[in-house]
Amino acid sequence: MRRQWTSVAGIVITALLTLFLVVPVLLSVYAGLTVNYARGMSAGFTFDWVRQVWGLYSDTVWRSLAVALLTLALTLLIGVPGAYALVRRGGRFARAVEEIVTLPVAVPGLALALALILSYGGAGAFRQSTLFVVVGHLLFTLPFMMRSVIAVLETIDWHTLDEGAASLGSPAWRRFVDVILPNVRPGIVAGALTVVTLSIGEFNLTWMMHTPMTKTLPVGLADAYASMRLEIASAYTLIFLIMVIPLLIGVQLVANLTEKRTQS
Amino acid sequence: MNIRVPVAAARSGSSITTRRLSKTFNGTTVLQLTDLEISPGQILVLLGPSGCGKTTLLRLIAGLEQPDGPDMIRFDGEDVSGVPIEKRNVGMVFQSYALFPNMTVAENVAYGLKIRKIDRAQREAETCRLLALVGLEEYADRRISAISGGQRQRTALARALAIKPRVLLLDEPLAALDAVLRERLRVEISLLLREFGITAVYVTHDQAEAMAIGDRIAVMQKGRITQIDVPREIYHRPANDFVADFVGTMNRIAGRVENGVLNIQGEETMARLNVGGPDRATTLCFRPEAARLASGGGAISARVAAATFFGATQRLVADVSPECRLQLDLPSNLSFTPGQILAFDVDPDAILEFRAEA
Repeated sequence: MRRQWTSVAGIVITALLTLFLVVPVLLSVYAGLTVNYARGMSAGFTFDWVRQVWGLYSDTVWRSLAVALLTLALTLLIGVPGAYALVRRGGRFARAVEEIVTLPVAVPGLALALALILSYGGAGAFRQSTLFVVVGHLLFTLPFMMRSVIAVLETIDWHTLDEGAASLGSPAWRRFVDVILPNVRPGIVAGALTVVTLSIGEFNLTWMMHTPMTKTLPVGLADAYASMRLEIASAYTLIFLIMVIPLLIGVQLVANLTEKRTQS
Repeated sequence: MNIRVPVAAARSGSSITTRRLSKTFNGTTVLQLTDLEISPGQILVLLGPSGCGKTTLLRLIAGLEQPDGPDMIRFDGEDVSGVPIEKRNVGMVFQSYALFPNMTVAENVAYGLKIRKIDRAQREAETCRLLALVGLEEYADRRISAISGGQRQRTALARALAIKPRVLLLDEPLAALDAVLRERLRVEISLLLREFGITAVYVTHDQAEAMAIGDRIAVMQKGRITQIDVPREIYHRPANDFVADFVGTMNRIAGRVENGVLNIQGEETMARLNVGGPDRATTLCFRPEAARLASGGGAISARVAAATFFGATQRLVADVSPECRLQLDLPSNLSFTPGQILAFDVDPDAILEFRAEA
């Protein structure tokens, strides 16, 4: 089989770009497994660093997971019906609301965090709980869920679907569950993936908002980079990857499963 | 794929009455005070150009729009004006089908029954019966994206009928289909509606569709019903110019009637129509098929401009004068050449005269 030179060039360029992106990650993983990064492979490999990071920071891993899933749950609960409500309502008011909801993405995370601390800093228990971080993440990720759902809603004839279901006697909430939700599912899945990845990797806002008791993984990572040796920080990166990759695959799988269920 | 009709279907329609029904959107009246009586089992077609208010009237009856005031719409004498569509028990067929892409053909048909908490066995039996009725049994488990436009509209029809609605409302159901399919489905829908004996309101802008399906036709213009009658009367006795033009082709000869005769003289052509009555300026109208070839000198002679062959008939375009161009349907076995002078008579019963409207 003869290949076109254009497709060969395409493969080469893609491979180079992938390498460019993957090499630093691999290097980091490598560093986290070497006994001494400066001396290279000759010093041998070890899991000590990983073990040490786990001992020091395992709570941040669990916390990050909890924050991400809680954020996801809240964006689903608020963002999906919210997006539908906005599209249904339409007009200038809905557009204004959409802009306002999107604002936290444009505002630097630090400023947003400061605003939250100014507003709720006095509420001691809330300020010191992980929930405070979740609220920050929610503000930051909500527009991604909403935009994703709105984008799909704008491609389907939701209005006629809703009227069709209504004519068959379906009450408003059932029309939403039976007809609207299944047909915006691709938007929800895309939104969910974005929300989870953004929440797990979020640093700006979290760094400002966290207390020593509510550190998330990226904040811990910054800690490790600042105060520990390079190998520990790199081992931390390794743990981050081990955690985030299965999580993303998991979300995708759940999405595929629900798709099969609605299609069978 | 013919629709198999049940031998003795139950008559299942309600009567629909509207009284001084009107609808105003942001200060614009799109439907003027409308009085309408549709008896049980009757099929009324709302016919008119886009923007005439026919879809608004349908949506008001459906409950998808709220009328301007209370007690304007009644089903079997019961006021339903304030009842939302989901409680009104109306079957609705949309131009864009409105089928649920996340469900199969059978699930779509069964949805209304599921909402009504009909138990599974009965639901499945009923779904099967309806799918068989519209000839879609083999497609029950197909997804909506995997069936054709005609099959989609059949599914939509089965879905709407499944809930045993009080009235069936169809909003340009064939407009999205191609011509051949449209014609076939038109016949099927007409048969199916009659067998179900259901009260139906059918919106279309296609006059051929209106004639084929309606027991009665309401021609609408600028938010009001201009004429409501059986198809034959609408076609042969249009109430005004607008209806005459909208339903088929109408020829017009404008001139003065003197001593009961309208006279137009062209170079080699002329028209002499004896209509009687007082002297007046008027316009006389007749349909293309009212023309009869004259053996001798006819009432009208006109110069042939063009002929279009249709198979069973041919349509001639002929001029009496530069201002008076006529269209005539004549037997297709005769041959005409452009430029030739053609003499013909017009069936006197078919000549209409509209008084100038205020």
